[in-house]
Amino acid sequence: MVTLTIDNKTVQVPEGTTILEAAQKLHIEIPHLCYLKDINEIGACRMCVVEVKGIERLVASCNSAAEDGMEVYTNSPKVRESRRLVIEMLLSQHNSNCPACVRSGNCTLQKLANDLNIYELEYPKQYRSQPWDRNLPLIRDSSKCIKCMRCIQICAEVQTVDIWDVSGTGSRTTVDVSHNRTLDNTECTYCGQCITHCPVGALRERDDTMDVMHAIKDPNIVTVVQVAPAVRAAWGESLGLDRDFASAERMVSALKELGFDYVFDTNFSADLTIMEEGSEFIERFTHRNMYKWPMFTSCCPGWVRFLKSQYPEFTDNLSTAKSPQQMFGAVTKSYFAEKIGVDPRKLFVVSIMPCVSKKSECALPGMNDACGDPDVDVSLTTREMVRLFRSEHISAEHLSETAFDSPLGTGTGAAVVFGATGGVMDAALRSAYYLITGKNPDADSFRDVRGVDGHKEAVFDIPGAGEVRVAVVSGLKNARILLRNIKAGRAQYDFVEVMACPGGCAGGGGQPIHDGCELAGERGDKLWELDGEAPIRFSHENPDVRALYSEYLGSPLGESAHHLLHTDHRAWNMPPKRKPKYRL
Amino acid sequence: MSRLDINTPSHAQTVVDGLYRDIERHIAASPPGLCPVDMALSFLTLCRAQTCGKCVPCRVGLAQLSTLITSVLDGDADEKTVNLIERTAETIVRSADCAIGIQAARIVLQGVRGFRDDYMEHAKNKRCLGSLENPVPCVALCPAGVDIPGYIALVHEGRYEEAVRLIRKDNPFPTACAYICEHPCEARCRRSMVDNPINIRAIKRYAVDHAEPSAAPVLAEPTGKRVAIVGGGPGGLSAAYYLSIMGHKVTVFEKRKQLGGMLRYGIPSYRLPREKLDQEIEYILSTGIEVKTGVNVGTDIGYDELHSQYDSMYIAIGAHTDKKVGIEGEDSEGVISAVMLLRGIGDGNMPDFTGKQVVVIGGGNVAMDCVRSAIRLGADKVSCVYRRRHSDMTAQQEEIEGAIAEGAELMVLRSPTRIERDANGHCTALWVQPQIIGAIGADGRPKTSRAIYSDEVRIPADVIIVAIGQGIETFGFENTSIQISRGTIDALPDSRISNTDGVFAGGDCVTGPATVIRAIAAGKVAAANIDEYLGFKHRITSDVKIPNPRLDSKLPHGRINTNEREACQRKGDFECIECGMSPQGVEQESSRCLRCDHYGYGIFKGGRKGIW
Repeated sequence: MVTLTIDNKTVQVPEGTTILEAAQKLHIEIPHLCYLKDINEIGACRMCVVEVKGIERLVASCNSAAEDGMEVYTNSPKVRESRRLVIEMLLSQHNSNCPACVRSGNCTLQKLANDLNIYELEYPKQYRSQPWDRNLPLIRDSSKCIKCMRCIQICAEVQTVDIWDVSGTGSRTTVDVSHNRTLDNTECTYCGQCITHCPVGALRERDDTMDVMHAIKDPNIVTVVQVAPAVRAAWGESLGLDRDFASAERMVSALKELGFDYVFDTNFSADLTIMEEGSEFIERFTHRNMYKWPMFTSCCPGWVRFLKSQYPEFTDNLSTAKSPQQMFGAVTKSYFAEKIGVDPRKLFVVSIMPCVSKKSECALPGMNDACGDPDVDVSLTTREMVRLFRSEHISAEHLSETAFDSPLGTGTGAAVVFGATGGVMDAALRSAYYLITGKNPDADSFRDVRGVDGHKEAVFDIPGAGEVRVAVVSGLKNARILLRNIKAGRAQYDFVEVMACPGGCAGGGGQPIHDGCELAGERGDKLWELDGEAPIRFSHENPDVRALYSEYLGSPLGESAHHLLHTDHRAWNMPPKRKPKYRL
Repeated sequence: MSRLDINTPSHAQTVVDGLYRDIERHIAASPPGLCPVDMALSFLTLCRAQTCGKCVPCRVGLAQLSTLITSVLDGDADEKTVNLIERTAETIVRSADCAIGIQAARIVLQGVRGFRDDYMEHAKNKRCLGSLENPVPCVALCPAGVDIPGYIALVHEGRYEEAVRLIRKDNPFPTACAYICEHPCEARCRRSMVDNPINIRAIKRYAVDHAEPSAAPVLAEPTGKRVAIVGGGPGGLSAAYYLSIMGHKVTVFEKRKQLGGMLRYGIPSYRLPREKLDQEIEYILSTGIEVKTGVNVGTDIGYDELHSQYDSMYIAIGAHTDKKVGIEGEDSEGVISAVMLLRGIGDGNMPDFTGKQVVVIGGGNVAMDCVRSAIRLGADKVSCVYRRRHSDMTAQQEEIEGAIAEGAELMVLRSPTRIERDANGHCTALWVQPQIIGAIGADGRPKTSRAIYSDEVRIPADVIIVAIGQGIETFGFENTSIQISRGTIDALPDSRISNTDGVFAGGDCVTGPATVIRAIAAGKVAAANIDEYLGFKHRITSDVKIPNPRLDSKLPHGRINTNEREACQRKGDFECIECGMSPQGVEQESSRCLRCDHYGYGIFKGGRKGIW
């Protein structure tokens, strides 16, 4: 332990603790901008500088260890002057068009400048814009980038995909797509973690809200919206709503207010996914020699993109089941269209997803099995949905609760946990157990796969089938380690769930942004809570899914199901993987 | 007004003069990888400030060049702009009135021609090809990539054994390098921006001199693979060391009686004490390397035959043949090559030069080694004959100064013309033709030509030592797939030899005579790639924990240079010349390190490669 004083208050911390963390222990918040604990502790922004007695220069508190006997001053005149001018320097190269910025009100730079009472800038503005293809799901506005390097670090250290890098040298150094590529020529998974860790508005998803509003406005179009499980655990955050108050049913009310004709639940198609994927797993498990092992889940498009570009040799290990988003679209533009007697070409299907990659998934070739049009027309992030609520002046705190529409609005507890890491596995095992044994297990039998750990594994004994070895990983670094181990023969599994974002969809790249906070765990807990409270906790017991099979699809893996609910992962290509850099 | 005033510089001028010195040091510390276009613009900005403003090309042309290059860097230009830059620079070179404009434009012109790709990338794609591959200057410039800030921090804490262990992760010759490395790491040390580079080599020397012996390295599981290494010099032994650690069975074939290569047969013991070298080699061999000395691969056993007995083969035979001056009388008795002299000394065969007049031909480090050895062998007079100037000699300045202090005569601007011999065929003198320095060639070095008003000079000589370079032994490569071109073995940057299956080569025999640390680096590269070739991915790492950087002030502070033993005393023996640092000195010098592994780009972009 070391003892030091910060702003004349004494604190004791373990050796190796940074000055910044020591100060936090005293509830002294040292302003910081580039710092991301464990990921980006590089002292780039110089916001967190402090004065240490006996050292003539200022010290970056984010990556300097507290030392015994240190006297630290976090707000001395020297510190204040430096912080002020440094933020003015940043602002001089930042396109602070704040009113027209997606991050206005949720921008760390804006907050710090405001906090420091900066209203007049002493440096002339000089920022440059690099060209960018605005049709891509992920958009970078270089004129807003403050080169904090977080996106580079998140992509390299957490996701191990290395899409971003420093570009250029000297004072023209900036951040850009690595190796002088354009984004569409990279293995970018569109996981969106760079967006949720950007402190400013330099990175964002493509905004598709106007397309949705045009469709809603058009009297000849029937609009259908589906909402992914993880969205309900997070949507109220940036509206200032309590997590319990911001229920799925209040969200339904808001979506109705927006003018959607039908508000459905992706939980419905999550249950459907379990029926297909669970049956597929049993088919593979009982015909072991005909398939490659393990079987991988395929509901996360970031993961599918990762696997197809980094480890294409595992493509056939992916479940052929479409993701819940795509199953929903396919069923809506076939079964549901028929049911309400509307030409499916007049249906406009919108999905609200905690995800940026879903925007690319719904545009993939082959995702048009119902009628030839895209099964899902537009995929919005949770953030875009909230922006729509704002733009329509929906008074969030006064929303009442409305149930999802029927029949595609029915979901079980097994479906809602799709939004948390381990949820797909948990739900699949619950139904697989039933499909094999004819009996329901205890719904909490598979709880070993729950929790935010990046890598979990377990072995479950299913009577009549034997031991099933499962693994659940989230975050692409964990996925890479898992694939490496499988490839090298160091690990064997039967069924593996992978989610690209750490913590699963709850921590998805399309979720509300809170700088410095990782909320996947908290949101995931909410989903597990909803599962616990659900009247039905098994996908195979979803009455409307049963009706869909009996009225329309026949049986899981049957001909109709195969046509509408499964996909060929080889129908499209990822840009090839770059050769790893020569070591040495 | 007085009629005349004594010219005294203004206060401003004095400050500016100081800043010139600062900027010189700043330039010296430029990290590799900067955008050359940006640098060209920066050079031009300095040059522009020097224009007197009289002639149009210099006043206006340089300003326009500056605008044009800025537009290229800002992404507002196209190929036409780059062409205009070239035409403008060429015109200024041709038409400016004085050297200020001519030379400034020449800098731009050389750039636009020399790195046109960089200009075009900016102009066409609005991108930059520059990138800081390794952000820590000393590590970037160490061919073996030794973790220099790491071991300096360890030395500062008195953790010498750990410092040595950390060095061994990348370089199994910490002691040899502590004594004789040419320390390219110091060339761009960021500390130069503050005052002067850290004395890195001397800090390392303190570590190796004060470290407790290290435990034998931990070896990986035996792989059952066998690797033959041809040549027991620093490169071959480095490869052998890492391959042994990786679990492969290694056999080193050495032509001479003892291991060490140029460390023993090229570098005199007054620079690298023999017991130190022997200890170092002993530690390397403790990994279980088999050694076969006195085996001449190429004659005793063919390369192909040897390869057929092993899973892989690394050729590191160095450059041990001598080059001839090509003058009349070179075959006389008493004329020997530097290689022969130093090789004999390496095996303890000390010729007696007592009372003799010795002449050494050459101006490189090997020439200095001969000069200083000849002095120690009792020579009456030792002269070093070189055809260019003192400042053009390629030997390190401290070597030249050391030789002069020990009594050597430097005879520069003298070109050997013939060797005079007596009736017995023994040399009696070297005849040289005085030269005049001439135009500077494309390599940046001046040429010389005959000084027409000076006659040939006779330098009496009982012994003449030719030290003008070495070549490689090419015998034995006929009828093998190993290709020799321009006197060296053709190997790829990953040290593989194309068209062979598992034959690798590196070090002097591939690059031509270079430095010890480059041979070590080549051995390291070869070890990694031989391991991969054999189907493994062993990783070399170190368990040493690097101390956190300290927050103390980094105000300008003098660099500690090491002392040498007094010239009159040291010249009589082959004991080590250089004295190590004192405890006070090493404490002070190691605290000067700026820890570029933590500050600046280091902490962001891999200031530390913990594993390879």
